[in-house]
Amino acid sequence: MPLLTVRDLTSLHLGPLSFELAAGERLALSGPSGAGKSLLLRALADLDPHGGELALAGVDALRMRAAEWRRQVAYLPAESAWWHDLVGAHFCQLPKPAELEALGFDPGVLQWQVARCSTGERQRLALLRLITPGPRVLLLDEPTAALDPENVTRVERLLLDYCQQREAGLIWVSHDPAQIARIGERHLRLQGGQIVTGT
Amino acid sequence: MQAITLTPFDLSLAALLILLLAALSHPLRLGLERRLLLSALRTAIQLVLIGFVLEALFHYAALGLVALLALFMLLVAGREVRARQKRPFTGGWGFGIGVTSMFLSSFSVAILTLTVIIGPSPWYLPQYAIPLLGMLLGNTMNGISLALDHLTGEAFKQRATLEARLALGQSAVEAASDLRRESMRIGLVPILNAMAAAGVVSLPGMMTGQILAGAPPLEAVKYQILIMFLITAGTGFGTMAAVWLGVRRLFDERDRLRLDRLRAPAARP
Repeated sequence: MPLLTVRDLTSLHLGPLSFELAAGERLALSGPSGAGKSLLLRALADLDPHGGELALAGVDALRMRAAEWRRQVAYLPAESAWWHDLVGAHFCQLPKPAELEALGFDPGVLQWQVARCSTGERQRLALLRLITPGPRVLLLDEPTAALDPENVTRVERLLLDYCQQREAGLIWVSHDPAQIARIGERHLRLQGGQIVTGT
Repeated sequence: MQAITLTPFDLSLAALLILLLAALSHPLRLGLERRLLLSALRTAIQLVLIGFVLEALFHYAALGLVALLALFMLLVAGREVRARQKRPFTGGWGFGIGVTSMFLSSFSVAILTLTVIIGPSPWYLPQYAIPLLGMLLGNTMNGISLALDHLTGEAFKQRATLEARLALGQSAVEAASDLRRESMRIGLVPILNAMAAAGVVSLPGMMTGQILAGAPPLEAVKYQILIMFLITAGTGFGTMAAVWLGVRRLFDERDRLRLDRLRAPAARP
């Protein structure tokens, strides 16, 4: 049984799209600006009204509470948002030291002021905040866009490990062909809200 | 002591001050003269009309007529609540949320006061019922329009934050908790400020009116305290209801933030 099933998904300017994602599978998503990549991720996270059906391990999305679905099918927007002063206040459970270290942080980072973090630090912390509760599907919108090459490598390694160890599915929006080749086992290309090439 | 009757000449002197202010606005390029004059004219016409209505109503003190005037006041207040928001809810909700919460709070507080606390006979005696309801509605309307304007305006501005919280698995109620608290606070600020300044900085309008009409100050003070408490309770309950309904409408049954349910502000040239 596939981990994530998408059947006839439509939302404004998008679809209908149908595809499946297996447990542990990594799917790269690309396409020009305005092709509907972010719209697709938002619809998968049930943040936008949409038509069609979504299911996680065979369980229809509508049979789960919306908050529960989003804890399992976790969406990382391209720009992270923060609403408390301290980094640590945004974590409902604390990340393991190994995870912090894998992204190049020491445990003191949780006491940092969000306002003093750089864009790249916020992007990595937002990713950490997303994966700490252990979601089964990750929907990542250009998660390394603001990072230097060293941190791109760190993030890619952490996410590949995460998918492998937990058999989590991954959908990764990227514009970089080299990165798509590194992280994607499959590759979907969107244009005008439709899949133009899929492997 | 009898109140001193005002002559039309007295009122025209006061009107001269408004004209002076408007005349000053022109060379200073404040652009307020038109609005100032129209508002002053509107006030005068509305108050004269309500004066005639009250004269008639006091003469035929029928429950049906009192209820009709109360309904009219409620609907106008509902329209005003919507007009004061930059991004009101679309459809009937923009009007309905304000009207429902004002009805629930102002009317129940007014009826409770008339029947249990003041106890005129009959309980709907217009001399008591209409001014009481008017004060409650006016203040509740202020609180609700401020709170709803904050709620809808900030929901629009904080979209990224609200959706980030939803995306991390928070329910709509959790994601909107800070916004809800802040909207409540904003709605209650005017009445809290009024209570803090009452008697020290300003003599509240109702008490001033009673004193001018010849009532002993301590009697006027008792009424003013009663009214302050009622207004605070009415505004608080009304604002609470409006914010609760507003948050429910901002999110749908799948806890999605639905900014498409807000009307975009009219484009200004």
